[in-house]
Amino acid sequence: MFTSMTFASILPEILILTIGLLVLIFEPFWKEDQKRNAGWLTAGGLLIAMLLSMLFGRPGEPTEVLGGMIRFDWFGFFLKMLFMFAAAATALLLMDHEQVGKRGEAYVMLLAALIGMNLMASSADLVMLYLSIETASIPMYILAGFLVGDERSTEAGFKYFLYGTLASTVMLYGFSLVFGFSGSTNLYEIASALTAGSISPLLAFGVVSLIVVGLGFKVSIVPFHFWAPDVYQGAPTPVAGYLSTASKAAGFAVILRLFFIAFPEFTSTWTMILAVLAAISMTVGNLLALPQTNIKRLLAYSSISHAGYALIGAVAFSQFGAASVVFYMAAYIATNLLAFGLVMAFSRITGLEEVTDYAGLSRRNPLMGLMMLAAFLSLAGMPPFGGFVAKVFVFAAGVQANYTWLVIVGIINSIIGVYYYLNVLKYVYLYRLPGEDEENHPIPLTQSYTIALVVLVIGVILLGTVFGPFFNWSDAGALNLF
Amino acid sequence: MTGAQIIFIVVALYTLGSALMVVTTRNLIHAALWLVSTLFGVAVTYALMNANFIAVVQVVVYIGAIAILFIFAVMLTRKDMRDSGPQMNKNWWLGALVAVLVFAGLAFMLSGWSGFSKVAADLPSGFDSVSLLGEALVSPQAYVLPFEVASVLLLAALVGAVYVAFNRK
Repeated sequence: MFTSMTFASILPEILILTIGLLVLIFEPFWKEDQKRNAGWLTAGGLLIAMLLSMLFGRPGEPTEVLGGMIRFDWFGFFLKMLFMFAAAATALLLMDHEQVGKRGEAYVMLLAALIGMNLMASSADLVMLYLSIETASIPMYILAGFLVGDERSTEAGFKYFLYGTLASTVMLYGFSLVFGFSGSTNLYEIASALTAGSISPLLAFGVVSLIVVGLGFKVSIVPFHFWAPDVYQGAPTPVAGYLSTASKAAGFAVILRLFFIAFPEFTSTWTMILAVLAAISMTVGNLLALPQTNIKRLLAYSSISHAGYALIGAVAFSQFGAASVVFYMAAYIATNLLAFGLVMAFSRITGLEEVTDYAGLSRRNPLMGLMMLAAFLSLAGMPPFGGFVAKVFVFAAGVQANYTWLVIVGIINSIIGVYYYLNVLKYVYLYRLPGEDEENHPIPLTQSYTIALVVLVIGVILLGTVFGPFFNWSDAGALNLF
Repeated sequence: MTGAQIIFIVVALYTLGSALMVVTTRNLIHAALWLVSTLFGVAVTYALMNANFIAVVQVVVYIGAIAILFIFAVMLTRKDMRDSGPQMNKNWWLGALVAVLVFAGLAFMLSGWSGFSKVAADLPSGFDSVSLLGEALVSPQAYVLPFEVASVLLLAALVGAVYVAFNRK
């Protein structure tokens, strides 16, 4: 029956839905130049929603609510707060996008996808899980193709849609087989029904492979990554940032919960598959990032390799491993949103997206140059930024679980990665604009950009210096998983 | 092989054949009609699985409403019912090969499962699946949350569809 805990468990989603409906109701009545305020409404509303959730929606002992559809625990709660933070930052970055910022639909899509991601993090039932993955995907297809007149954006939307539906169909087939073998859709009941003797290792391998297709697409690991560069390049830049962070983190939440909870008896099968995919993703992502000249494509390939690093934590199959993945996602959300936000702020003024166009940025806007430094050094995994600590934890989890070979592949790849991240910084700091008159080509930041980017940069630095409390929360979440 | 299995295989082949025709025929109206035929095959599959209510819904909603809307939309928006572009690209044989291999792999994998050739047990007499389904959809102990989330998803999809399809000057 409904209790106060039932409502507390879905409080963030109820509040997000309310914000979405408010945007839908008010936006049509605003004048053309007021419509961008939908961004303030979304971001402010999300902050209030986070605050209310932290006050009234905190989980206690992990419990399954609403007929076992979702599990009310710290794992889900911590990730939900991360997704809402990412969505709030994305809303601020969307506001000053010329074609998207004034469309209320964009914010509604963003919030609808957010509801899906939140539920992905807390679903404990295959039915709920599939529905939440679709809820997170379908609005994102529309957002990726939001610039209807623009050929690249339309291509991005359509490509994402076709790949996405195919991948989710294959995953659904895997889910249906799991249901057929175990007779249950609840993850915890599946775990007790699917014992090692009940199905052959070959069947387990097949089922896990089918599911990995869908989830691998969501987190864009090789060989399910082909959509990522084209979609990131074509989609409106803040949307690409959101896709590469919150959407990816939600995929990792599902990977952790689904594989850790539902298939503990087939650990050797799925850790083997994920370990191979992690090694391939890191290597292929990094090697393909090397020759990229477009900064959004470069970030796309870098996000593929980061998915590979984060997978190491999942492969470790331990509480520490799960905690390291959650922490990695926190650091990655802050870092990559910052990177995409800066790309957006730069191309909004200049209309350019090539790496070479960033020459002289440190003189054109010193603050942006510094933030660029923080974002790219964090992506490269340098202290004192979040990316460094996150990588250390993930690699430590890998070593602890005797996946030393995987960690060595990861470390070699981090070194390769440093090259192309520093290459961007080389243009920002060492090169100058042709004509050397940077003072006459400033890049002003609007109010919403300043707020979003400064908050993100503080996040990146906090996660890299005072990481203790954040890691404790991740760890509490990981403990709740079991 | 039991009678139900033979019927299933016939229906499955019929559904697949119709689905293939949907994507290969050049005439859009023909494609819509083949889609009706595909959806009807799916409805028969539901009926074979004792999901009578879902089968009826499939016929009423998909064939009765959605497919007819398709035909209206095609008729109202196109003067020429023929699609002029090529139907396949030069990699069609590769796609077909992958599809056949995946099917063979799945069939081989599943043939090793102990329940592969089992016949489904009959439902107990008086088993009222419709009322059980109705209760499950709105019960807080079952599927009320997915039910509500599905409506949020549909609302979002509706807003998105209107945005994408809206005719801009």
